[in-house]
Amino acid sequence: MSIASRDNLPFLLIFVAGVAAPFLFPDYSSEVAVLWLMILFASTWDILGGQMGYNSLGNIVFFGAGMYICAVVQIGLYYDVGMYTSGARTTHIVFTHSQYFTGFAVGTVAAAIGAAAIAIVAGWIVFGLRGPYFAIGTLGLAVAAGELVASWTWVGAASGISMPVFPGPPDTQKIFFYFLLFGIAFVLLIFLRWLYSTNFGLALNAIRDDEEKAEAMGIHTRRYKRLAWAISAFYLGISGAIFGNMTGFIEPRDIAFPVATFNLFMVVMVLLGGKGTLWGPVIGAVIFHTVKEITWTYFLGWQFIALGALIVITIVYFQQGVAGWIMEKFPERFKSRSAVAGEQERPLRGRLTPHPEGAE
Amino acid sequence: METILNNITILTAAPVLNFGLLIDGILIGSIFALAAYGLALVWGVMNVKNLAQGDFIMLGGYITWTLGQHGISPLFGVPTAFVFLWGFGWIVYRLVISKVITRDLFTSLLATFGVAIVIQQSLNLAFGPDTQSAQSGLPTWQLAGGLISISSTRVLGFGLAIILALGVVAFMKNSRMGQAIRATAQDPRAARVLGIDTEKVYSFTFCLNAAICGAAGALVALVWNVQPFYGTTYSIRLFVIVTAAGFGNLPGVIAAGFAMGVVEQFGGFLLGAEFQQALIVLLLLAVLAYRQLQYLRVRQAVQ
Repeated sequence: MSIASRDNLPFLLIFVAGVAAPFLFPDYSSEVAVLWLMILFASTWDILGGQMGYNSLGNIVFFGAGMYICAVVQIGLYYDVGMYTSGARTTHIVFTHSQYFTGFAVGTVAAAIGAAAIAIVAGWIVFGLRGPYFAIGTLGLAVAAGELVASWTWVGAASGISMPVFPGPPDTQKIFFYFLLFGIAFVLLIFLRWLYSTNFGLALNAIRDDEEKAEAMGIHTRRYKRLAWAISAFYLGISGAIFGNMTGFIEPRDIAFPVATFNLFMVVMVLLGGKGTLWGPVIGAVIFHTVKEITWTYFLGWQFIALGALIVITIVYFQQGVAGWIMEKFPERFKSRSAVAGEQERPLRGRLTPHPEGAE
Repeated sequence: METILNNITILTAAPVLNFGLLIDGILIGSIFALAAYGLALVWGVMNVKNLAQGDFIMLGGYITWTLGQHGISPLFGVPTAFVFLWGFGWIVYRLVISKVITRDLFTSLLATFGVAIVIQQSLNLAFGPDTQSAQSGLPTWQLAGGLISISSTRVLGFGLAIILALGVVAFMKNSRMGQAIRATAQDPRAARVLGIDTEKVYSFTFCLNAAICGAAGALVALVWNVQPFYGTTYSIRLFVIVTAAGFGNLPGVIAAGFAMGVVEQFGGFLLGAEFQQALIVLLLLAVLAYRQLQYLRVRQAVQ
């Protein structure tokens, strides 16, 4: 397969757009950085929600956990965490250049591993639940995580932690975090394309289509489910670590575990774009983020109402998503494409109709 | 940890305090039981899990509070909220719920979550983020030398909740519509064949649920307080109750509602108020884990 083949074209376009964006629109580089974060959110949610048929409402746990693990490691390498969080607003602590970057690198790795470990442990509890019980259970997990961190004084409780200050001018900081988020999102997309083409991807689809049958065919469904969640958690942990340092201040309820905003955005973006596809979540994230930024600018004060309405409209009236709509409109193009890629053809409507086992 | 032990010591040293907590728990539990009954009704009849349930309650509470602000006794809030939420429920049903009944459960879960956000944020815009409470101006009774204080508002709320619950149960049991609702819950297709307009039954059930929530919300504003974002906690509480009891088991739902009130009072006293929300959520996880264990046992039996 040559680099310029049809399957690689979207990746090339994304790479060019991603590298060029901060130089073409320097004023909007932080908004575009958040767009990459949204793409990370949507694509990691789709691993479970779209490919495996488990609609999680608690993936934000890993984002927040990554953020806090990274912060604790970054500070804990050089200072006492309890002292730092209690004295952060009275004394000014400066991290040197090497302290900052060593801490950040170690913290990000720890965040990724820690988040994945949390996913595996939490998977013991929640993966016996099916359908809506899984959604409610994971939602409970997210709310519990936020509340527990908010009452844990060692990590600053509800007043949060001021992160170490980036050693450099603000412009360098913006570009640095932009390219980190872009890089992770790009790597994730390449990784997911590979993942969905392996037997692992097929096993996830088998679980989505009929879990009992998949189990009967000898797939260790629990192991697959936990591993798939750990993969989402790994990337979410990294993005949490980066985003925490990017904003410079972390706090449990609105930044680390925002149940009603980021947590819900993930689901809505995927549904808007079309679930169970590689590009659907990306399309959904781009549309959603653009609409959100516009409403945030022009309907200030009403933005959350507009957001809720957007969620209801997307879910009630437009559930197949953009990608699903295109596939319905031009089925012949996708048939030929999947034949070229050697994939089995999947029934499109199958994943949109209610699953009988989802009833209870 | 130390505070918890201290609190336990207080409870054992003054056993009469236990009694006070128990009474408070039962009084508050009656409100939970009422709203949980509505949730179980919609869940059982329409197979829709309404995540906006807690926000309906808050809406009812704010109606009562507004009445109180205009010098009308908040006691009138109960019927007013009932009627108003009936209409509101009809609008929500027409716009959203009727479109998602036939879809899978996650769709209805998310759609009602969207409705919940719209209600929360609208309340926040209209009334601001402060906690509000409607004052009924009724006295508080002191028992056991002042160790237990029972506000007569809570007793009144309890009484109203019981009357309302009995009314709903009698309605479901005896009226033509109640029978139609129960028939639809059993088998919608057979009900249609027998000439029941199931569409009308669905719409009626949802409106009734919203109205029950509105009345419960009025009681919440009377005995407790309301805040635009408290709705989510109520929704989670109600889910804990209904999941613990099983949605087909209406007496169980009511019993679990009372249990929830008592557990919350004791938990809040032992752990401190700031852990109350975390406690509710952990309770949810515990109930779900317990259900899962049951499920595992069933599977072993099949093997």
